[in-house]
Amino acid sequence: MKYLESRKYVIQAIFIAIGAVYLIKLFYIQVLDDSYKTAAESNAMRRVVQYPFRGLVYDRHGKLLVENTPVYDLMVVPKEAKAIDTLKFCQLVGISLPEYREKITAAKKYSYVKPSPFLQRLTNAEFAAIQDNLVDFPGFYINARTVRGYQHGSLAHALGYIGEISPRQLEDTTYHGYRQGDYLGISGLERQYEQFLMGKRGVKYTMVNVRGIEKGSFKNGEYDTLSVAGKNLVTTIDLELQKYAELLMSGGKVGSIVAIEPKTGEILSLVSAPYFDPSLLTGKELGNNYMKLLRDPTKPLFNRPLMATYPPGSIFKLAQALIAMQEGVLTPETGYPCNWSLVKCSHRHPYPANLGIAIEQSCNPYFYQVFRSVVARGRSRNVYEDVRLGLDEWNKHIKSFGFAGNLDIDLPGEKKGMMPNARFYDRIYKRDGWKFPTIYSVSIGQGETGVTPLQMANFAATIANRGYYYKPHIVRSVGENGKPLPEYSVKNYTSVDPRHFPPVIDGMQLVVENGTGRYASLKHIGVVLCGKTGTVQNPHGKDHSVFIAFAPKDDPKIAIAVYVENAGGGATAAAPMASLMIEKYLTDTVKTTYRKRWEADMINGSFYKWTD
Amino acid sequence: MRTSYKIANNIDWVTIGLYGLMVTLGWMNIYAAVYNPENVTSIFDFTLNSGKQLAWIGTSVIIIIMLFAIDYKAYDSLAYGIYWFVILILLGTLLLASPIKGSRSWLVITESVRLQPAEFAKFATALAVSRFMSGINLRQQNWKDQAKLAGLALLPPIIIILQNETGSALVFAAFTLAFFREGMSPLILIIGAVAVFVFVLTLLIPQWYLAGIVTVLMGAYLWLNFHRIKRYLPTYISIWAAVLVMVFSVTYFIDNILQEHQQNRIKVLVDPEVDPLGVGWNVTQSKIAIGSGGFFGKGFLEGTQTKFDFVPEQSTDFIFCTVGEEHGWIGSLIIVALFMALLIRIIYVAERQRSVFGRTYGYCVASIIFFHFLVNVGMTIGLAPVVGIPLPFFSYGGSSLWSFTILLFILLAIDAHRKLDLGRG
Repeated sequence: MKYLESRKYVIQAIFIAIGAVYLIKLFYIQVLDDSYKTAAESNAMRRVVQYPFRGLVYDRHGKLLVENTPVYDLMVVPKEAKAIDTLKFCQLVGISLPEYREKITAAKKYSYVKPSPFLQRLTNAEFAAIQDNLVDFPGFYINARTVRGYQHGSLAHALGYIGEISPRQLEDTTYHGYRQGDYLGISGLERQYEQFLMGKRGVKYTMVNVRGIEKGSFKNGEYDTLSVAGKNLVTTIDLELQKYAELLMSGGKVGSIVAIEPKTGEILSLVSAPYFDPSLLTGKELGNNYMKLLRDPTKPLFNRPLMATYPPGSIFKLAQALIAMQEGVLTPETGYPCNWSLVKCSHRHPYPANLGIAIEQSCNPYFYQVFRSVVARGRSRNVYEDVRLGLDEWNKHIKSFGFAGNLDIDLPGEKKGMMPNARFYDRIYKRDGWKFPTIYSVSIGQGETGVTPLQMANFAATIANRGYYYKPHIVRSVGENGKPLPEYSVKNYTSVDPRHFPPVIDGMQLVVENGTGRYASLKHIGVVLCGKTGTVQNPHGKDHSVFIAFAPKDDPKIAIAVYVENAGGGATAAAPMASLMIEKYLTDTVKTTYRKRWEADMINGSFYKWTD
Repeated sequence: MRTSYKIANNIDWVTIGLYGLMVTLGWMNIYAAVYNPENVTSIFDFTLNSGKQLAWIGTSVIIIIMLFAIDYKAYDSLAYGIYWFVILILLGTLLLASPIKGSRSWLVITESVRLQPAEFAKFATALAVSRFMSGINLRQQNWKDQAKLAGLALLPPIIIILQNETGSALVFAAFTLAFFREGMSPLILIIGAVAVFVFVLTLLIPQWYLAGIVTVLMGAYLWLNFHRIKRYLPTYISIWAAVLVMVFSVTYFIDNILQEHQQNRIKVLVDPEVDPLGVGWNVTQSKIAIGSGGFFGKGFLEGTQTKFDFVPEQSTDFIFCTVGEEHGWIGSLIIVALFMALLIRIIYVAERQRSVFGRTYGYCVASIIFFHFLVNVGMTIGLAPVVGIPLPFFSYGGSSLWSFTILLFILLAIDAHRKLDLGRG
């Protein structure tokens, strides 16, 4: 044990050694090195943050969507702003004395020695007037930074806006590196691509003496860093098409238009109506404008294409047909009578002798029977158990189309929507409390289903591609010649074999040629358009009008979903709008006089008066 | 006769004197740190940290009296009970507490009174490992006992890391010093020291270069002395491999396991530019404050850099800046000397215990206080990474003062009865 006792000397030696090392280091920085004294004597080291240039945003043809415009903030360091002529100062910047006191108290509350914004976003004129006289007021200085500017009034929802970081975010470690007063993306692209757009802040340390005069940089700029500009984004949006889509949805219409290039999953236009000018959420009036938009009963801030979930209506019949063919319970030649048994049909029409006619006439009883053949197949003696099995199998297929799940678009706030499975109905009706007649309305896209307009457009793109889709995205390149994020270059196949798609597509062609979607025909420019109407029953008012389409049939360049709330049947508003959009995209114009008249009717909302 | 045994005659008044001196100096420096020349308030003002600290000191005195009043044998026999009780509270805090600045480690009692159970885990763990140590012999290489001991010492820091209080968890590394005194192989301390050395080197030199340098040096050494040492070749090869593994795992650890703000706290040691807006700024400001103190300091309450918020957390983690600025190198010398005196006195007290329990506990106390001193003072002068742990007896804070008081005075209570401890040990 004596041997171990001697270890106390080792431990004591470690203690003493550390104490000695610290005293030597302290002697060095306290007595020998003078630079710390100089730094402290000038008494104020001002840390000027060098804000980087935030990345710009372009459309797919290189048109500028988001730019930066300079603004000036008047900053104050309360500790240095003690001995000023307050009255003169108030006159200079044009505020009253009580306002001054209030602002100074607020600044002191944040920090006595750190700069905080005193007046934000001065105009050029205010800046010029103040700048020259500021030398008389130590503790105040101008900090230049930029805000976002827009040369057009479009795409507000997708672009999003930037704003000051909130106190809660400041406490959160995921926002490490941000300071009070910093700006960051709050919604849309600005938020999703914040890490690329923001760039890297720089910081410059300057020594300032008691009178507020700069005495050069600290330690010859050894601690300074340069700011690095943010990366630019090239989006997939076609600004002209976007503007046209917004025009169609103008005048207080409520709904969405989503157009996708099927070959790539690139979003060509993304409209949420009612929409607003993105420049409302920039500059001095951001706060007021935001509150106005927030209180608006039509909810313009609600990003409908991503966040609104509706029953899909009759467009869902296409999915039912595809799944039934994959399961081998339907062939393109199958006929079912339009028997009005449990579901009625919207109109009288010829006997649906095959799938094509059923799609063309959008026959409800036909698809009721198709869905029943998928779900209730007699694989179990117990009818309840049989439907449970069938529904879960169906659910797997329908999810492979991107329904009831995130499509992972590169914008925040996407909703999943929903597709029922057996567990869902068990919860409502108890196990063995439901069978096919309970759930039949799912067959025609009503009942317990919810899809977003984005999912509808993606569905149209999937059919156009004959069985696969690229996840829809809005940025095609981070940096000028970059790539989209890797998850957007992967083909996602549905669980339905590609060979089952042509019969459905032929049906969609019939819809436009002589079925419910005649108003969408593009015969006059020689383009074969495939589409499907939908009329979604709305217990609160007029039905919602839905149309999905793609064109040209053999080499699809655009797939689209139009959803107009309370506009009546799918044929009345959504189908003409979709065809106008496609014509505009394929040929840059709208031809013939009657098409022009339609266009005007769509814009001023005359279809509300059309009878259906 | 036990009844005629006078505790007062056997209390170690030297330690109590040092304790009193440090707590008083700490209190005055906390006042200096929150002192505002434009709005002078009394040192007793309860809305300021200095006033609150006085309340913490007052309650500490009550705690001390209670610690002496408790039967001294209870510390030994209740050691495990206390340990598991604290573990339960730690787990409870982890699961139930709402996060404050990203860490789930606070028990909120009232708006301004909050306790951090992690602080109390230190003395609880010290008691538990000392108790365990008194029942085994570390040198007999019984791996089962060693594993149990390691488990006892590692359980609390693991929970504390989950609470996102990595700083407080690091303190538990200090127990190795106490284990070393009781017979742990010195190899572990040496490996630890080499690891820290390699750690610093990897910050300075890219990992592939460093690996290359190590390989070349080792190769040259083997080449030149080949005949003399060829018997030990496997040993040398394994040392070489171990160093390489260390080099790569350190880089991996820093880049992939640590969160970004933790990485910066380490990288800023060699390069203040890493995080000029965050920790880099703190360390620079802290050095300016201390460095501007000169030899004699600016005088009590005369500091300019530690006022307001040039230096962050100036009355808690960065309290040493106030000392350095207002009292200069002389002030720093006094504080460092006080700590050295206290640590050496604690070792003296520990060595005079007749029980293994008492002695081990004494060494645990010394090691924990030493580790806090090492990291806390080190970070203010840029020699240690910025880890938010308090300077014992100086930093503002009830949890910290109470826990160090309990830690130290349990030792003094055991020590005061050492002469009754005949048949044990």
